[in-house]
Amino acid sequence: MAEMRYREALNQALAEELERDPNVYLMGQDISVFGGAFKVTEGLMDRFGEKRIRDTPISENTIVGLGVGSAMTGLRPVVELMTINFSLLALDQIINHAAHVRYMFGGQVSVPIVVRMPQGAGHQLGPTHSHSFEALYLHVPGLLVATPSTAADAKGLLKTAIRDDNPVIFIEHETLYGQRGEVPGDADFTIPFGLAAIRRKGSDVTLIGISRMAQTAERAAEQLAAEHGIEAEVIDPRTLRPLDLDTILESVAKTNRCVIVEEGWPHGGVGANFAALIQEQGFDDLDAPVGRVTGVDAPMPYAKSLEQISFPHEAQVIEATLALFGDRKRASRA
Amino acid sequence: MADNPLPANETAIDWLRSMTLIRRFEERAGEQYTRAKIGGFLHLAIGEEATIVGAVAALRPDDYMIATYRSHGQALARGSEPGRVMAELFGRVDGLCRGRGGSMHMFDLERRFMGGFGIVGGNLPLAAGFGLTSDYLGNDDAALCQFGDGATNQGTFGETLNIAALWSLPVVFMVTNNQFGMGTSLERHSAQTDLQRKGEGFGVPGLECDGMDVVDTWAVTTEALRIAREQRQPVLVEAINYRFRGHSIADPEDYRSAEEVGEWSKRDPLVTFGDRLVAEGILDTKQRETIDLEAIEAVDAAVAFADASPEPEPSSLYDDVYVLTDQVRGWYSADHRGAGLQKGENLS
Repeated sequence: MAEMRYREALNQALAEELERDPNVYLMGQDISVFGGAFKVTEGLMDRFGEKRIRDTPISENTIVGLGVGSAMTGLRPVVELMTINFSLLALDQIINHAAHVRYMFGGQVSVPIVVRMPQGAGHQLGPTHSHSFEALYLHVPGLLVATPSTAADAKGLLKTAIRDDNPVIFIEHETLYGQRGEVPGDADFTIPFGLAAIRRKGSDVTLIGISRMAQTAERAAEQLAAEHGIEAEVIDPRTLRPLDLDTILESVAKTNRCVIVEEGWPHGGVGANFAALIQEQGFDDLDAPVGRVTGVDAPMPYAKSLEQISFPHEAQVIEATLALFGDRKRASRA
Repeated sequence: MADNPLPANETAIDWLRSMTLIRRFEERAGEQYTRAKIGGFLHLAIGEEATIVGAVAALRPDDYMIATYRSHGQALARGSEPGRVMAELFGRVDGLCRGRGGSMHMFDLERRFMGGFGIVGGNLPLAAGFGLTSDYLGNDDAALCQFGDGATNQGTFGETLNIAALWSLPVVFMVTNNQFGMGTSLERHSAQTDLQRKGEGFGVPGLECDGMDVVDTWAVTTEALRIAREQRQPVLVEAINYRFRGHSIADPEDYRSAEEVGEWSKRDPLVTFGDRLVAEGILDTKQRETIDLEAIEAVDAAVAFADASPEPEPSSLYDDVYVLTDQVRGWYSADHRGAGLQKGENLS
């Protein structure tokens, strides 16, 4: 184990997989000479050369399409889109092509592409540069969606993504790049898809946090325990497709309450989807409606004061959790 | 059109055979559509046979071919079995894509026919991706990408030509200028109507061929592929042709006159090429007739094959949505069609 930043863990994963498989290559805007807008690919060009670490023009749709074409013919591209906001320009290649080529051609080809991109608000970048789109990509059959929230997960999931034969939407988070964590140094370290992480054990309520919100949920859980005597179990699904629904349902069967925390919009969000799955599968286990804490149902404002109340913090998670117990006084007395 | 010398006799006859098969196949497909054997959209290539056969004839077996939603002909020219193409149109299990793709999405990996694609301009980046693979692996395979005149207005056209030129990718981009982007004529949709020049700003040289003449199409495509392969650079070829049928079967063709269609049909690529082969003594009238009869028989057999092929099993619904390994964890697909929820991947 070694302590490193989330971005360094990603860099290590890329380097190890480039080393392991000569058909793995990287492309994206400013990833080579510049080292990546968030410095994830720093140093890789010097080590692996321009053939494998390729700077591209600002042409998101075509870059992803190039990746799809090369993946259909034997390469394993890892495409970096500078942020998830710009992935909207590539939706045709991501959905109509990357996700559907295998199915619509009757399984004759696979598309082992990874599209990496960070998401998230909190940097005063306004409506066009603050999106969270895990729900959008989760919606699409044919895509896998990974949302690592720790340095170790960033490394382990990215290595799995690169080795997987399906197209993977790999959603990083701008706020997490500088965070430190313990990361296994073993070059064979991977984290399987479809295996949730239980970040905190608890028996009173299940908190499910998506992407960065897994950390927010974890901090809220500590406060719930300290100030309200409520022991929350915190689950980070880590991949939304495939989804470790079993771990979620087992937890809810034990706690009988659940709150889902995400940074994206509420309508058609990850929480909306999980709430449906949980009530369908675990209706008898529930003592309260499934709660959701989401970003506000509006574009992201620039003003810091407005932006900070536009995505979830611990306070909203605590409030939503207490509401499930019906008796806030009891909770706060405990 | 007599400017280009004919290839060897047997090759010339093969081209006529291939063009005739496409014509008869498309006619039967149109007929089967009116009998509701074929659903969805049906875009026929009648009139465009020379562009298809000439271009495909210029390819090596290991070259990649990619086309649009009008691509039954490309599959046939590349050697796909007519029965499997027809079965795909019928939505049957023996279709090239097991009934998943339909008319717009033919694909035959074995023949490196890398697909028909339903989104206008969507296939250009993929073609550059094939070229990138060849470049990356250091082999000699080139890619040929056909798309319509309408696609030259898409962002992917400029983006792909730029990056293909920047990265020296061996790709021939062939714009099939059949005069219309669906029902909008060329001069009404493109400021630059000399389409071969549309790559100039990216440093992509343009060539033009008579897409109604199989020999000219073959000669120009061969040269373009040579440049792409040897000089490691993309080339734009404009093949000028005309589709005799509507954009799709559902097209009333109000945007063009019967006179215009009549003028172009005088240049029917099957008739002119067949006439030339007879005039130059390569075929006699009897042999020409036999080629046509054989094509009709092959298409009859294709229809019979497609008719006999079963519909796909409902339990196969989720096949190939994902590549699943032995160690599948979690839920990949949520099947919610009826009471309860089950894993889609468990259906098959």
